[in-house]
Amino acid sequence: MAILEARDVHIAFGGVQALQGVDLTLNEGEILAVIGPNGAGKTTLMNCISGWYKPDKGRILLEGRDITGLPADKVAAAGIGRTFQNTAIFHGLTVLENIMVGAHLWMRSNFLSCMLYWNLAQKEEIEVREFAEEIIDFLEIEHIRRTPAGALPMGLRRRVELGRALAMRPKVLLLDEPMAGLNVEEKEDMARFVLDVNEEWGLPVILIEHDMGVVMDISDRVMVLDYGRKIAEGTPDEVRQNPKVINAYLGVQSEAV
Amino acid sequence: MIYRETGVHHTTYRTDMALFRVPLARWSVAGLLVVAVVIPFFATDYWFSAILIPFLTFTIATLGLNLMTGYAGQVSLGHAAFIAVGGYTATILLIYDIPFLAAVVLGGLMAALVGLVFGIPSARIKGLYLAMATLAAQFVLPWAISRVVPLVVPTGLAVAGGDTVYPPRPNLFGLEIDSLFERYFVSLAILVVMTVFAMNLVRTRVGRAWVAIRDHDVAAKILGVNITHYKLLAFAIGSFYAGVSGALMVFFYYGVAHVGEFNLDLSLKLLGAIIIGGLGSIIGSFFGTAFIILLPIFLNISLTFLGNAAGFQVSSGIIAGIENIVFGALVVVLLIVEPLGLAKFWQNVKDYFRLWPFSY
Repeated sequence: MAILEARDVHIAFGGVQALQGVDLTLNEGEILAVIGPNGAGKTTLMNCISGWYKPDKGRILLEGRDITGLPADKVAAAGIGRTFQNTAIFHGLTVLENIMVGAHLWMRSNFLSCMLYWNLAQKEEIEVREFAEEIIDFLEIEHIRRTPAGALPMGLRRRVELGRALAMRPKVLLLDEPMAGLNVEEKEDMARFVLDVNEEWGLPVILIEHDMGVVMDISDRVMVLDYGRKIAEGTPDEVRQNPKVINAYLGVQSEAV
Repeated sequence: MIYRETGVHHTTYRTDMALFRVPLARWSVAGLLVVAVVIPFFATDYWFSAILIPFLTFTIATLGLNLMTGYAGQVSLGHAAFIAVGGYTATILLIYDIPFLAAVVLGGLMAALVGLVFGIPSARIKGLYLAMATLAAQFVLPWAISRVVPLVVPTGLAVAGGDTVYPPRPNLFGLEIDSLFERYFVSLAILVVMTVFAMNLVRTRVGRAWVAIRDHDVAAKILGVNITHYKLLAFAIGSFYAGVSGALMVFFYYGVAHVGEFNLDLSLKLLGAIIIGGLGSIIGSFFGTAFIILLPIFLNISLTFLGNAAGFQVSSGIIAGIENIVFGALVVVLLIVEPLGLAKFWQNVKDYFRLWPFSY
């Protein structure tokens, strides 16, 4: 059932123990939220999973296959797609091209066929274009497909980045604070896209998010990190009532209200 | 080229993704080609040898540098050295009776191989540091050429210490390419092919991967782009262009392979050309090359004229000095005013006329 597993992941940067034995299990078709205060190690965990950091100890398994320590591009090829906390779109490419870069990984044409734009390369480009248009359609960004991505506001950048990750046809999607910097309306849209991706594409999602409203509404399970350790895990309701979590992160509602 | 999209509706992705999507763009390119074919019938020898032929040959080099630096973001200060490798290789092959076209392509491939080797540091370093590493090419290669060439060129064909070599007259399928007119058309044909290749590269998988690496290498890697592979590819292809242009420069422009021509000065000039023309733009390479070729001519004529009007002789040394000052100043001004270069100005003009006269 578990499509992605992290077992006992440790990583330290100098004296900072960023992750100290974190376990993570992502089941088929579920949305797992990872929450915790700033510096808890959420993004570090994502970086370990997506191959950007190599954990000092511990293993990452995707569909039972060990992907620990693989370079990031190989991890991507294995089926992990992700977005970034501070959007990382390609400014000089149009929205359409950004999304087509996502398909890079499963395209086959080499530089010679690209140079000649011959039979196969042309066919593949058109095929990928069709696929990219489906994503553009799904994310409702038709009107900006030829806009350079660098000219977009944050809300649309986040959407383009999601589209780009989807174009990878990943098995697992990691979303690192996809709602950061968005207004309420854009957050609602983004939450809907995440749910749709999860339901229609059947894609399991790991979601790092600070907006508790969103987290509690859309995630199936929540995992809480603090100081590089997992302090709680369970359904949104369980986690919300966990005293450790309230103490470390959620806080107590003011009595005066 | 010129875009007037109104009324153009594509019903298939194939036509929407064509090289020129709009009929007017196709017509303007066709018109440009017609001009390029007609010009030599009116050109004087001076036009050929001072403007047209250098423009065609140098543009191939700036195209390559733009692919490498403008698109893939790998700064190279060694482009002239790769040009030299191509020029010398092709010359030597021609001496050994290899057919002209094969010599040009092999010159390009040799340069690509050498460029690939000097591109290896790009796997680990980028930006300024990479620029310094590629500068090594600019010092090592001319030195290596001046040592190696005398060993492979039959005595009597090389002069001045052995590193200045006169190529035999190239011939294309039995026809000797000799007159300026013939040189022009052969260079033009090769430039057109190389331009189409470059345009195809940048609009497909490879080009997107390059820009992705340039704009955000972390994201590119996370998306599964093999960064090292594509950086090296950029070096190889950029150097291939340099090599081909080197062969044509030696055969058709300089008429001699002389290592002194391919110095750091040329590398910097080419880099300046793509910055002025427009980084990450194919047409920018054309603009930039035209600029570096026309600027000295323009300054020469205008300064001599002004000098004469004021009643004194302007020495060529002064003109050369002023040329450097103007060139440097323009690069700085352009970087501040319009970092995307002349190509961006052209883009603005095009954008203005896209819906003209009903642009509201």
